[in-house]
Amino acid sequence: MNALAAIGRFTLGGVYHLGRCGVFLCTMLAVISHAWRRFALVVRQLYFAGVMTLLITLVAGLFVGMVLSLQGYYTLVNYGGESALGLLVALSLTRELGPVLAAVLFTGRAGSAITAEIGLMKATDQLAAMEMMATDPVARVVVPRFVAGVLAVPILTLLFNVVGVLGGYYVGTVQLGVDSGVYWASMQNGVDVFEDIGNGIIKSFVFGFVVSWIMVFEGCDTEPTAEGISRATTRTVVVGSLSVLGLDYILTALMYGGIS
Amino acid sequence: MPHSPHNPARPADTLVSVDNVSFGYGPRTILSGLDMQITRGSVVVVMGPSGCGKSTLLGLIGGRLAASEGRVFFDGGDVAALRRRELFALRKRMGMLFQSSALLTDLSVFDNVAFPLREHCGLPESLVRNLVLMKLHMVGLRGARDLRPAELSGGMARRVALARAIALDPELILYDEPFAGLDPVSLGVTLKLIRELNDALRLTSVVVTHDVDEGCRIADYMYLLGRGTIIGHGAPQEMLHSGDPEVAQFMQGMPDGPVPFHYPAPDYRAELLDAGGARS
Amino acid sequence: MSNTATGGRKIELWVGVLVLGGLLSLGFLAFEVGNFDNARVRDGYRVYADFQNIGGLTLRAPVAVAGVRIGQVTGITLSRDSFNARVELTIARHYDNLPVDSSASIFTKGLLGAQYVGLEPGSDEEFLGDGDEIEFTNSSVVLEQLIGELLFSKAEEAAE
Repeated sequence: MNALAAIGRFTLGGVYHLGRCGVFLCTMLAVISHAWRRFALVVRQLYFAGVMTLLITLVAGLFVGMVLSLQGYYTLVNYGGESALGLLVALSLTRELGPVLAAVLFTGRAGSAITAEIGLMKATDQLAAMEMMATDPVARVVVPRFVAGVLAVPILTLLFNVVGVLGGYYVGTVQLGVDSGVYWASMQNGVDVFEDIGNGIIKSFVFGFVVSWIMVFEGCDTEPTAEGISRATTRTVVVGSLSVLGLDYILTALMYGGIS
Repeated sequence: MPHSPHNPARPADTLVSVDNVSFGYGPRTILSGLDMQITRGSVVVVMGPSGCGKSTLLGLIGGRLAASEGRVFFDGGDVAALRRRELFALRKRMGMLFQSSALLTDLSVFDNVAFPLREHCGLPESLVRNLVLMKLHMVGLRGARDLRPAELSGGMARRVALARAIALDPELILYDEPFAGLDPVSLGVTLKLIRELNDALRLTSVVVTHDVDEGCRIADYMYLLGRGTIIGHGAPQEMLHSGDPEVAQFMQGMPDGPVPFHYPAPDYRAELLDAGGARS
Repeated sequence: MSNTATGGRKIELWVGVLVLGGLLSLGFLAFEVGNFDNARVRDGYRVYADFQNIGGLTLRAPVAVAGVRIGQVTGITLSRDSFNARVELTIARHYDNLPVDSSASIFTKGLLGAQYVGLEPGSDEEFLGDGDEIEFTNSSVVLEQLIGELLFSKAEEAAE
């Protein structure tokens, strides 16, 4: 009976959490226009969230592109299809790996930091103080971070893709001897600007939205103790990363599902 | 009707009035049946043991919490009945000093004090600069304007927070435990500032604290909270010599009295003798 | 909010670099990795061709003349009357001089590569326009059939 009650409590807690999350999104969207009125704040957050994640995104993109090229080559060469190496690398990156990995890296690096920052501001009464100074903390603190996150993820995704394609190019042509003209030509023949690159960008916007939403919500929902902040940070990384992966499947099915 | 020695001629001039207020989180009652009158221009000290709902009271006055029963009036208007925009307009007329100072950690001292001015006044930057320097000068920290909050001591941080609280020239300042964790010098500075700012800027101050000595030194009038309600009120001298056992215990800091030394527990002797039996 | 805090300029610089990098990446992806010609093909004109069997032809497969890509496959449906596959080809607008008696075939790139539609220009004076139909078509070569025929003929040879 105890286990049953625990399951019930756990489920109910989850539903409450989800409900707060939804209500929070509404309060945030109600004051989203502040992002334009305080654009300097968005720029500032874009610096903290975007520029700080830049380096790991570039390094990760390079290695992912290189390993894709290496693995792809050894599979394709069995069928005499190494001329399609460029296409394999480019499609894998623009459709899936770019948006997903950039969003996951952003969650781990910037998302957790922003959750902790907002949680700490809550724990040290900074949010309450703003409220007492007649400033809405959602408009002043949360919205700029959210908007910066939504903008940063697609930018990071694009950079990830480019670096990945170049990494794949290096391994494929310089190391493995695929003709460089063939590498580029196969990409250009097979990669569609709208179907592949465009859909990848749409994906990354969706991921940016969801991850940013989760990170600011968990920050504001933090129990204002040291333990609460650490729990909220962990939750941002876990829930954020899983949401990205789950949504990726749904979006892929919606975008490419119709094509035989 | 309480009246302050500063304002004996106009006893009815009440800025904040707390009218039969009760408050609780869920089933847990924190405050019940509170009645208070805060006279314009006075320093009112609210004392009580830790966790008796003193800070909750400040939340109610500032409109951050809503009373489950009763009403809080600020200058004649019901705080809980205000819409968000009106509430924000009201809050520009009050400043609050948090126990943790609550300085915005990503801004310098100068920008912290300038924060409410830039948010609400739309003044030219040169004027903001002069105003900020004036406020910082009042708390004696004009020279510290370029420091970050992390570089300040606890006492300095609280003075910066005080400068920020008076930035918009409010009518009322709420102090949440302003004396907690201060060294003697900072304590003296804080006491002096609360009193002087109150008189010089014609403020009204509500100070929540559990420090009896400091409270008595600055108070015009005192309220003593206990068990979620008011157990005594009066001028500091009346309170210090009160015959009420509960008031006397708190004011003199006696370890045992109406508030017992022991947390409620079963009979000591019975529990010790029973220990072996209970475990098996 | 003004950024009087030190580092305001540095922040603006770096964010500028970030955004610029994003835009350059977008350009690189669009023009170097993807092919904007594909996008230009989208607003080309459409012609139709019926095939008995399209094999493994898929949407967005290239349409080529003499190996030069001029368009792509934008629709594959099954004709209700003839049970032929009806393939919609979208051809870039500037290739507007394909004769009406051109023929369409389905070829395979390499032995196991992807399939594409190859057009063999005819000699008519009139040119294909939007909504026209290509009459002469050759179906996809189905490898299994080919191998089957080869084996069959070899077996017949052996039997003789």
